[in-house]
Amino acid sequence: MPVNKHRKLSPVLSLAVILLLLIFLIVLEQHQASNRMVVAVLQKGAILAVAAVAMNLPNGFTGIFSLGMAGFMSIGAYITAILTIPTDTIESVYYISGVAGWVMSIKRALDGLPQPLLVLVALLIGGLVASLFAFLIGIPVLRFKSDYLAIATLGFSEIIRALVASPQLDRVTNGSYGLKNIPGFATASGSGALLIPFAIAAVCIFIMVLVINSSYGRAFKAIREDDIAAEAMGINLLKHKELSFVISSFFTAISGGMLAMYMRSIDSKTFQVSLTYDILLIVVIGGMGSVTGSIISAFLITASKEWWLRFFDQTLYIGNWQVPLLRTGFRMVVFSVLLMVVVLFYRRGLMGDREFSWEDILGLPRRWRRRRAVTAAARADAAEAKDGGKHDA
Amino acid sequence: MSFSTFIQHCLTGISLGGAYALISIGYTLVYGILLLINFAHADIFMMAGYFMIFAMASFPWQVAIPIVILATVVLGVVIERVAYKPLRNAPRMSVMISAIGVSYLLQNLATYLFSALPQGYPTIPPLKKVIQLGSVTTSLVTLITPVLTILLVILLMLLVRHSKFGMAMRAVSKDFETSQLMGIKINRVVSYTFAIGSALAAIGSILYFTDRMSVTPFSGTMPGLKCFVAAVLGGIGSIPGAMIGGFIIGITETFLVAFGYSTYSDAVTFLFLIIILIVRPTGLLGEELTEKV
Amino acid sequence: MPDTPVLELEHVTVQFGGVVAVDSLDLTIQPGEIVALIGPNGAGKTTAFNAITGVYKPTNGCIRFKGDILEEDFPQGKMRKLYRGRDAGQYQKRVVRTPDEICRLGIARTFQNIRLFKQLTVFENVLIAYHCHIQANIFASTFRLNHREERRMRDGAMALLDLVGLADSAQEKADNLPYGKQRHLEIARALATQPELLLLDEPAAGMNPQETDELTSFIYDMKERFKLTIFMIEHHMNLVMDISDRIYVVDFGKRIADGRPEEIQSNPAVISAYLGVQA
Repeated sequence: MPVNKHRKLSPVLSLAVILLLLIFLIVLEQHQASNRMVVAVLQKGAILAVAAVAMNLPNGFTGIFSLGMAGFMSIGAYITAILTIPTDTIESVYYISGVAGWVMSIKRALDGLPQPLLVLVALLIGGLVASLFAFLIGIPVLRFKSDYLAIATLGFSEIIRALVASPQLDRVTNGSYGLKNIPGFATASGSGALLIPFAIAAVCIFIMVLVINSSYGRAFKAIREDDIAAEAMGINLLKHKELSFVISSFFTAISGGMLAMYMRSIDSKTFQVSLTYDILLIVVIGGMGSVTGSIISAFLITASKEWWLRFFDQTLYIGNWQVPLLRTGFRMVVFSVLLMVVVLFYRRGLMGDREFSWEDILGLPRRWRRRRAVTAAARADAAEAKDGGKHDA
Repeated sequence: MSFSTFIQHCLTGISLGGAYALISIGYTLVYGILLLINFAHADIFMMAGYFMIFAMASFPWQVAIPIVILATVVLGVVIERVAYKPLRNAPRMSVMISAIGVSYLLQNLATYLFSALPQGYPTIPPLKKVIQLGSVTTSLVTLITPVLTILLVILLMLLVRHSKFGMAMRAVSKDFETSQLMGIKINRVVSYTFAIGSALAAIGSILYFTDRMSVTPFSGTMPGLKCFVAAVLGGIGSIPGAMIGGFIIGITETFLVAFGYSTYSDAVTFLFLIIILIVRPTGLLGEELTEKV
Repeated sequence: MPDTPVLELEHVTVQFGGVVAVDSLDLTIQPGEIVALIGPNGAGKTTAFNAITGVYKPTNGCIRFKGDILEEDFPQGKMRKLYRGRDAGQYQKRVVRTPDEICRLGIARTFQNIRLFKQLTVFENVLIAYHCHIQANIFASTFRLNHREERRMRDGAMALLDLVGLADSAQEKADNLPYGKQRHLEIARALATQPELLLLDEPAAGMNPQETDELTSFIYDMKERFKLTIFMIEHHMNLVMDISDRIYVVDFGKRIADGRPEEIQSNPAVISAYLGVQA
């Protein structure tokens, strides 16, 4: 049976693709100087893929509407940045008001760690702090309709932004000046620029997939489908919504930390509500409730935004004729229209709530053939009916 | 704090609260009928700010104000028709995403058309007139705002309580499907609701920006969130509730800023939301709803 | 000595605003019984179910499950003035449980208007119900440290589907099942939570006589196999008279009669409630 053949084939194919991807990344990493744009798009794509899958977990799989992405990302980003900025250059970053003593002592305590380990520890701490915040907000808010959660999380992320930029936190977050000198993914020789973000992203997404496929993940889906029935089946709504929300915030913060490493310098304006909307765009286009959809869409959207459609923001002349509409800001208008079009006309996005599978892809030719046969048969039937009609007449 | 500064802050607070009240009515009306947080409402309010800048560039204020209100109403109704109406039977989350999409679109459109830089808000001469009340100096807008707000709320409540349209509106908010079966033209009621909400947002925007002096594509976000919280605080679906919520939030914010806690003034708004959700989820004037199982 | 009743309702009243939906309902169900709750539309039957399963909390009265208090409450706050039910002042304690707790204690239910997890498969629908007794925490479950438990849940779900005759459609979306099968699936899902007491809210609603007959024997089989006690709301009198040991009749929230099927059939109060004739 061909379906069975496909099932046996699919792990082999997946392995082959992963291997090819690995080779591609290694080769690209060695030639990054001449491929800056591709490298940047892939890095950012990997980061946003983590954020998108993390956003999908409550929104697409549990049916609770959380809009706090920017806030949780900024927690992760700031903690990662503060902990990884080299201790010897930190004074120059905080040149206006200096570094708070307790921040310095934490940094000194972590100084002994080798760089890669330090990054991991920083990302984890960022994730844990964000989870704690999520847990606390969740207690009052998750009991109510998801609309309130949307507003509360949106408000939370704006508050975080205001706090980060506030003069009271000058000595921790450097206030409105932001942080710079954040080490990137790559070592001095440039190795790891792609492999490190891809490895972190892969681990994060893999763990989230494990969560989704676990018994708890099934309970999340049950809540999404029908919360009253789920509760009647013994699923504690508050506990499971909390779990989903906290796990999502943890990985969102990690993606925020990675974003800080990608950007090398951050400030509170990086984490405006529009960042949340950017990620929502990715999730909706990929399909609410599809991990592979989120991943594919993260790379597609990032590539179009940062690379393929970049020219939308520049005035363009063809001969002497200036192409109308193209100037700064047009790109984002196009993307927001795209979001609206998807929501209104293709509500399921790229993947709906299905996942990518080789069986589907390999089964396609067969299905096409069958469909063609069916339409042909239908057409023949119609023709016959017409003929029959003539005879009757 | 001397008595006169106290009065000064009270006046400012009430005035800000009045503007908030007018905006939160838009949220409360739409939520009452469609159970939708109209995320775009904040950006409709922001767009009204830009409309005023352009209207005042070519017309005197007496003409500009009606133009702005009209333009905002058209914007609000068109948004409903294009982005919400096709999703009447879609899952709640799709409609919310659509609302966010509109908000995102309006912000990006404003950035594209008017750039992200703050644009100066025109002065409307009579509103800026300075008046002296004993030892307190204030501009006329501070006094007009609360009076106008209360007047509009009374008018709106009369409309909702005693007109045929108001009855239709109340029926739709109680039961969408049944009122449709009773021959109420749902789409017309929803359109009118958006029109009223947008008109009030336009008036609120004039009063709000006259004090703030500039508009950016993101000026709507924070006031919008606060006004939704005000609507929840007052009891979602209740018009006087939205007004009271608006005043509470406006006054609290003003005093926090006056005492030097401006960083926390936004945070306190959301603290309100969380407290009200714990203590009295139906809000101050809201009624209890039981979901049918 | 008689057994402890599985379920006891004592003066249970549920009031919404000024409307008394269930008025001081008393009711006892013995282990192994099939008891039916019947009454005209709007008599408060589903509300009583919702009070037992914790969806609504009783305004006044006490519900016992296997002798222990499941829920108990008395009018408080605004309700104290508004309360229009009977037997006020008898209760002082307040015990409130959420529906999921009650389910884990051993009371499972189905819904009047089927509430399946529509977009999930038939298999997943049943598997999810096993989640309520999960031992592993989310960490263990994520990293499959509980693979034995997971195996057990999956095998259990499959065996249960086999038993109810849905094994062939295990991988189909629940939404795609024909109506009658959806009813069966809902019962199977409730059984997967390993209840002692099963509440069925109009299990035969919308079924034709043949399907109803099938359902009747299905319910009886399940009851025997899982040693269940069954409490059901039903309008199909054939089904009710066929399998119930006892019947309670309610009207306007009050109990108007109870007894064995043949007693109920000839009870004048019941006839008048259904036909509107003055008794």
